[in-house]
Amino acid sequence: MSALTRLTATETRLFFREPMLVFFALAFPPIVLVVLGSIPAMREPNASFGGMRVISLYVPIIVVMGLAMFANSLSQLFATYREKGVLRRMRTTPVRPGVMLGAQLLMSTGLSVVTMLVVLAIGRLAFDVGLPRQLPAYLVSYVLAALAVFAIGLLVAAIAPTGKSAGATASLLFLPLMVFSGLWMPRAGMNDVLRRISDFTPLGAGVQSLQDATAGHWPQPLHMAVMLGWTIVAGGLAARYFRWE
Amino acid sequence: MAIIEVDGLVKRYGDHTAVDGVSFAVEHGEIFGILGPNGAGKTTTVECIEGLRTRDEGTIRVCGIDPQRDNGELRQMLGSQLQESELPDKLQVGEAMELYSSFYRNPADWHELIDMLNLAEKIDTQFRHLSGGQKQRLSIALALVGNPRVAVLDELTTGLDPQARRDTWDLIEGIRDRGVTILLVTHFMAEAERLCDKLAVIDSGRLVALDSPAGLVARVDGRQRVRFRPSAPLDHAVLTALPEVTSVERAGGQLVVTGRGNLLLAVTTALARNQVVAADLRVEQTSLDDAFVALTGRPIDA
Repeated sequence: MSALTRLTATETRLFFREPMLVFFALAFPPIVLVVLGSIPAMREPNASFGGMRVISLYVPIIVVMGLAMFANSLSQLFATYREKGVLRRMRTTPVRPGVMLGAQLLMSTGLSVVTMLVVLAIGRLAFDVGLPRQLPAYLVSYVLAALAVFAIGLLVAAIAPTGKSAGATASLLFLPLMVFSGLWMPRAGMNDVLRRISDFTPLGAGVQSLQDATAGHWPQPLHMAVMLGWTIVAGGLAARYFRWE
Repeated sequence: MAIIEVDGLVKRYGDHTAVDGVSFAVEHGEIFGILGPNGAGKTTTVECIEGLRTRDEGTIRVCGIDPQRDNGELRQMLGSQLQESELPDKLQVGEAMELYSSFYRNPADWHELIDMLNLAEKIDTQFRHLSGGQKQRLSIALALVGNPRVAVLDELTTGLDPQARRDTWDLIEGIRDRGVTILLVTHFMAEAERLCDKLAVIDSGRLVALDSPAGLVARVDGRQRVRFRPSAPLDHAVLTALPEVTSVERAGGQLVVTGRGNLLLAVTTALARNQVVAADLRVEQTSLDDAFVALTGRPIDA
């Protein structure tokens, strides 16, 4: 087995040995969807959201929240590995340090896709929310959103001195980002100022792109550019400030 | 040809010069020790050799490769055991071995390594549940899993109990017998004396001596002391007349004879001629500790 496959398999095994990480990254988003969907008003068409059912607005929000959860655990894990010398130990072997990063990203992407599929399935089966009509657009939006969110997670890992502080910083950062993604008030219900800000946040742009693709359109160029921009800036800074020890 | 060559190595951290012009060469199949007090620059020296740090001056070649320009080839041949580095808490011993094997082109049989290091029963144990000695043995196993030509072991036995330390020493000799050249960083005299074929003594970033343990001791002082309780009164002149003897002193019921060369044989022969039996006979030689004090002006743990 190649180093990358072996590392990805090992990291995935380790991930499943952390019940808290597993709960928040894999189980929490579907639970939130079920809780929201069990409120009758959420399933009714709502005039203040342009006649859409609120629950169908929440499906992309929860998919993006799943990504943020993985980014959070990614940042904690990496900062902890550096703090404990795991990365330093690896530097003395022929494996390129970037392979470790690749393994983590592969695992996070793979598992987050599972969460996404579960959320879409629950939405469809339990609450009759339509599946994405424009599948390629949905996948492109999803990958762009994942890249942007993971790049921010890696930036936090690069800057935070310890695993604990990485977790705290990531939570502090993702909380306002979740607000702008529409977790408390979907974008359709935001006033113009809030929605304009949300357009420029990675999660807000991600939610809107997923929603557009679900409705059958390609995402707006602005939102794709915003996600790419965050990926380049955060990813670049993460690469610039990353330390292996 | 030397397998490791270090020439004029200088490493600075800001204004502080951690390593100041250190040069030495390690021959194939040797156990080469770097001995010095904490903070002397030992670890910095080996980290430059491992390619973990960039040197400021000098040249280093390991198996003919400059560690700073290594494209992964050197890391195939150099196994490292680092001070203070850990594995993920919940990674099992067997998983760690399997993972690290996958990093190398021609890995060793890790099951055999685990057997040799007495970790076979711990294959399914998570890293966090291992004892200090078991963690150390695992880190040695990981350093050897790539079938390296050179293994760097940094403060390997620090924190181990005396029995575990002796077991580890046996193990290191076993590794050398497999043809691996070993670079051993230590601040334990007994360890250096027992294991090393050659020693570089480093103090405050400078190389103060480079020799075999016996050579270092001999270089400092060839004196020996013989201490015994004579079975009958003995005229000191019998002993002072011997060319090997420099002085004779009485300490309680004991005589302490100081001298050089084959002192023990000379003294016991003279005693036998005078029908005196030497009870509680002990020979005290200048130790590596004494040598270290003479070289650096202070004991190693001061």
